[in-house]
Amino acid sequence: MHDKSVAELARELESGKISSVELTRQFLGHLKQEDEQLNSFITITEDQALADAHAADEQRAAGKATPWTGVPFAHKDIFCTNGVATTCGSKMLANFVPPYDATVTENFRKAGAVCLGKTNMDEFAMGSSTESSHFGATTNPWGLGKGEKRVPGGSSGGSAAAVAARLVPAATATDTGGSIRQPSALCGVTGLKPTYGRVSRYGMIAFASSLDQGGTMARTAEDNALMLNVMAGFDPRDSTSLDRPVPDYTATLDEPLKGLRIGLPREYFAGDLNGAVEEEVRSAIREYEKLGATVKEVSLPHANLAIAAYYVIAPAEASANLSRFDGARYGYRCADPKDLLDMYTRTRAEGFGAEVKRRILVGTYALSAGYFDAYYLKAQKVRRLIQQDFIDAFREVDVLMSPTTPSPAFKQGEKSDDPVTMYLEDVFTVAINLAGIPAMSVPAGFVDGLPVGLQIIGDYFSEARLLNAAHQFQQVTDWHQREPQ
Amino acid sequence: MTISREDIEKVAVLARIRVDEAQVSALEKDLGNILDLVDQLSAADTDAVEPMAHPLNAVQRLRPDEVTETNQREAFQAIAPATENGLYLVPRVIE
Repeated sequence: MHDKSVAELARELESGKISSVELTRQFLGHLKQEDEQLNSFITITEDQALADAHAADEQRAAGKATPWTGVPFAHKDIFCTNGVATTCGSKMLANFVPPYDATVTENFRKAGAVCLGKTNMDEFAMGSSTESSHFGATTNPWGLGKGEKRVPGGSSGGSAAAVAARLVPAATATDTGGSIRQPSALCGVTGLKPTYGRVSRYGMIAFASSLDQGGTMARTAEDNALMLNVMAGFDPRDSTSLDRPVPDYTATLDEPLKGLRIGLPREYFAGDLNGAVEEEVRSAIREYEKLGATVKEVSLPHANLAIAAYYVIAPAEASANLSRFDGARYGYRCADPKDLLDMYTRTRAEGFGAEVKRRILVGTYALSAGYFDAYYLKAQKVRRLIQQDFIDAFREVDVLMSPTTPSPAFKQGEKSDDPVTMYLEDVFTVAINLAGIPAMSVPAGFVDGLPVGLQIIGDYFSEARLLNAAHQFQQVTDWHQREPQ
Repeated sequence: MTISREDIEKVAVLARIRVDEAQVSALEKDLGNILDLVDQLSAADTDAVEPMAHPLNAVQRLRPDEVTETNQREAFQAIAPATENGLYLVPRVIE
């Protein structure tokens, strides 16, 4: 059963061939056994999952089932779960048990889905390898067959590894600069970062509030659509949530792609892009041409400034957001503080890991008196130039396509000593967050036995079109069905 | 663009993060490299560009001034490091 998609599991449950309790037991058994070598989960909520599965079976018996009723999945450990530890991968929140649910958590609960636990991540979502977690690194299931320990990407590396290894059919994730798309690419799964404001950020632990967006990860585009159906929507509890109608994202999956206009940003087929990755991506784009799409080259002239703007804006916002972790009200507090300042400074020195501290310090510097205009304000202006590039491109084409990452999964430890090298993992993904538009990563081939991701970028609120494009591609290819050995 | 030891010590105070003497050199190098990376921004011509705060130019919503949340002090304080009589306890601030 663990090979089946969300849509297939929903049909099995609907037909009565299996109950949610039986299904949940099977998944939990498989998960506990397989995750010892992956470390993709921080917390497994066995008792809660079985209780939820019982409730789901009752809900179904009462004729009140939704497509999610009784289906197992997992939450990234950044979404608050009432009564269940929510750590954000940090020592700072290792003992934090939220007294409330995130809106995303509440939505899945209402739909009757069965959460098996919380997935591993880079500390406070800052990273591209899931190596900075206080709870140990997650290993990419691809590469293990050759005895290699490779990173699953990050920050949502636990969700991506768990979905790739068939531990869960789907998992929630978040994306501030690529944290859904890059791990999806490196683990060979399908992931979607929606338009900024499409999915509520309430109860999703904040990193950079003008960029953070919750989204979906699963093996198929159809399952991503099923997830987004539950997650998307206006939330008065999120001050930047957008009040727009939510379509049924599954309703348009089968529309033909004839006439779809695809743009290839020339800046995203350049630089340090691995030649074999480029070949796989170009071959995927040829599949789209066979499906009736037209392809033309376009330009995003300010693409080379995206990383620089991102690494001002994200740390600046992080330094403000993470000032709430002070040892006073919840989370970690240092032992025997001498005075209030000692409590703050030692709690934060001991509770945060190296990368989080680096980003807080950079962000504090960028916002400090005398530097604000040169860094933060300048970056916000460049951000508008980057957004304008996309607005101009979408006058000519319907979607943009590119590689998701310049190269496949790297080995653990390979980039962890050099923050700037790690930052360049996001070279094709950060501009999308700066502009606030949606984008997906779709499995599109392999290089040396490691998955390659095709990034599909759309205009604001074009999630249905992206999912349609990904779904049609998955009808004629089977990259998304390949299983790590 | 480099960052000095004094800058790092000043920023650490502002950020309320204790930085030990032994960590300053490593931070000097790492933060210096990050600032070199972001220095590419200075090349961009942004004279006529408005800074962008929200991708869709949304503004802060207002709501009626009505009580919508119930008091959950016990639940919130149950996870605090130290409380007494409904108050959060921290080290003495005023002698």
